[in-house]
Amino acid sequence: MDLGSISPALLLASLMVAATPILLAALGELVVERAGVLNLGVEGMMITGAICGFAMAVNSGSPLVGFVAAAAVGAALSLLFALLTQFALANQVASGLALTLFGLGLSALLGQGYVGIKPPRTPRLDIPVLGDIPFLGRVLFSHDLVVYLGLALAGLIWWMLKYSHAGMVLRAVGENHHAAHALGYKVVRIRVLAILFGGACAGLGGAYLSLVRVPQWTEGMTSGAGWIALALVVFASWKAGRVLLGAWLFGGVAVLQLNLQAAGIAIPVEYLSMSPYLVTILVLVTMSADKSRAPASLGRIFHASQ
Amino acid sequence: MLKLETRPQPSRLWTYVAPLLAVVITMLAGAALFAALGKDPVAAIATIFWQPLFGEFAHYYRPQLLIKGAPLVLIAIGLSLGFRAGIWNIGAEGQYIMGALCGAAVALALYPMENGLIFPLMVLAGALGGWIWAMIPAVLKLWFGTNEILVSLMLVYVAEQFLAAMALGPMRNPDGRGFPGSRNLRQYESAHNAELISGTGMHWGVVAALIAVILAYVLLTRHSLGYQIRLTGQSPRAARFAGVRTARLVLVCLGSAGALAGMAGMFEVSGPAGQVTIDFNVGYGFTAIIVAFLGRLHPVGILAAGLLMALTYIGGEIAQSNLGLPAAAIQVFQGMLLFFLLAVDVLTNYRIRIVTREAA
Repeated sequence: MDLGSISPALLLASLMVAATPILLAALGELVVERAGVLNLGVEGMMITGAICGFAMAVNSGSPLVGFVAAAAVGAALSLLFALLTQFALANQVASGLALTLFGLGLSALLGQGYVGIKPPRTPRLDIPVLGDIPFLGRVLFSHDLVVYLGLALAGLIWWMLKYSHAGMVLRAVGENHHAAHALGYKVVRIRVLAILFGGACAGLGGAYLSLVRVPQWTEGMTSGAGWIALALVVFASWKAGRVLLGAWLFGGVAVLQLNLQAAGIAIPVEYLSMSPYLVTILVLVTMSADKSRAPASLGRIFHASQ
Repeated sequence: MLKLETRPQPSRLWTYVAPLLAVVITMLAGAALFAALGKDPVAAIATIFWQPLFGEFAHYYRPQLLIKGAPLVLIAIGLSLGFRAGIWNIGAEGQYIMGALCGAAVALALYPMENGLIFPLMVLAGALGGWIWAMIPAVLKLWFGTNEILVSLMLVYVAEQFLAAMALGPMRNPDGRGFPGSRNLRQYESAHNAELISGTGMHWGVVAALIAVILAYVLLTRHSLGYQIRLTGQSPRAARFAGVRTARLVLVCLGSAGALAGMAGMFEVSGPAGQVTIDFNVGYGFTAIIVAFLGRLHPVGILAAGLLMALTYIGGEIAQSNLGLPAAAIQVFQGMLLFFLLAVDVLTNYRIRIVTREAA
């Protein structure tokens, strides 16, 4: 075992990369849940985004096309969920599970010809002066565009929810949909938009996995990242800033266990691979006691006649 | 303009019609999917739904119906109790794995002793393994208020890693020349979950599934606990006023689901699968969710839905070898089924009215 071979700068830099997929997916789900909708289909949308983004990037040669396609596909899948839950008034838990099961199958079907292919490289932004700062330059200023998109999105969503009118309306819909309806807000329309946004974010996060983080396509490659993103929203008490913190925590655990595997620690690989899931459970245990922060209408069906 | 009007009570008729309609719509959508994949849609649908039952080699496929249906029904029965009460155990796949591992552990520890008590002991160990794995989300929910959906699901990934660790480590066959995987339990008479009647596919898992169906039916229709489960699902508030102890329901629903899933895993590893391998689990725990909903969370419905889903597995395999239909296409097909069921279900709970725009 050689723990000395683990470089702190590289470790922190890869932590930022490892955190990005779940950060994107969790931010999307945060907006969805603040609108009062529980979409358990994150895993399905992520993995479909992963293969569609991968396929489009490989075929077009441009990672950017891949990311855009992944966001579009994620949104399209979430539209199915929106139709079921907002118009057919189906149970949200069941519909989300259906989306995940469907997405896992669909991605396996679409991904058949793409196993073992290398995707085009997503370029790093080499930020001039800042990138040359020792240590910090490597950790913070030498990433690709999507990492910064994730960070910007976290800031934007935090500001939107806290200070903007649109954010206030979204929260109103999530806290009490009947009151929001009585005030004249279009509950269903707002929720559908939130769901679409969540889907696009999940698709984007999935594509980041297959295009940058791994980077290749294997069946079932998200291996629970979508579910971890869902747990992250609970961990964050539905707050954008804490989603970012949580994503770094999970990114850190993921990177650390990979580094320990590489360093040849005496624990079998399988037990190390359990760690992200066990940490998720642990985090849920510590953060779940206070239910008061959850949006009050979360998961409840809205029907204007009631 | 279309408007949804809440029915005072869910429609009896649509409760029965909706799953059938969903199956028909899924067949049509599936046919479109298969056509898009460049296969003859009619031939594909016929291969999946007709060949296993009445085709040339049906005598070979019909027993498979019981072998594949038994774990699905067994798991889905357990899940349905929780789903009715709004307790969402979606980690059955993990409980299935842990049941299989515990059952196999007993057999492997006692090898090569031959004794009639070994198999019953394995069944108990399997049920216990699944039960313990399901108790984790249950207890965490009661003590810390964690969400059982997320915890039970996370435990699936933990169980999968544990399975890999066992297949490559402690449970590896010492006479296996270094290949991963345990001893084959089919060659160990006391531990083998053999066919009870040769050529029928009938093994102890099928018997257990049928008993589970009957017990669940009795529980839901004749026992006060079943009444409490149904009441909690329909109106949690009314249930609280009626003195239903939610904590007990959480323990009972998750516990029985875990025990049944664990038993399903144990019957699989000691019979059809035969050994503990890395890829032992094939997703029955997740497909059982579809089975539970398609069967309307009703024991008899689940029996029928489990057989139908088993049919799609078998038919899918035939279509794979005969028509070159990708294995994942069947997974998509099963996923679509749940989608369409949920969509059609709007007609069970709501009435669609056409309204002309009225003056405000």
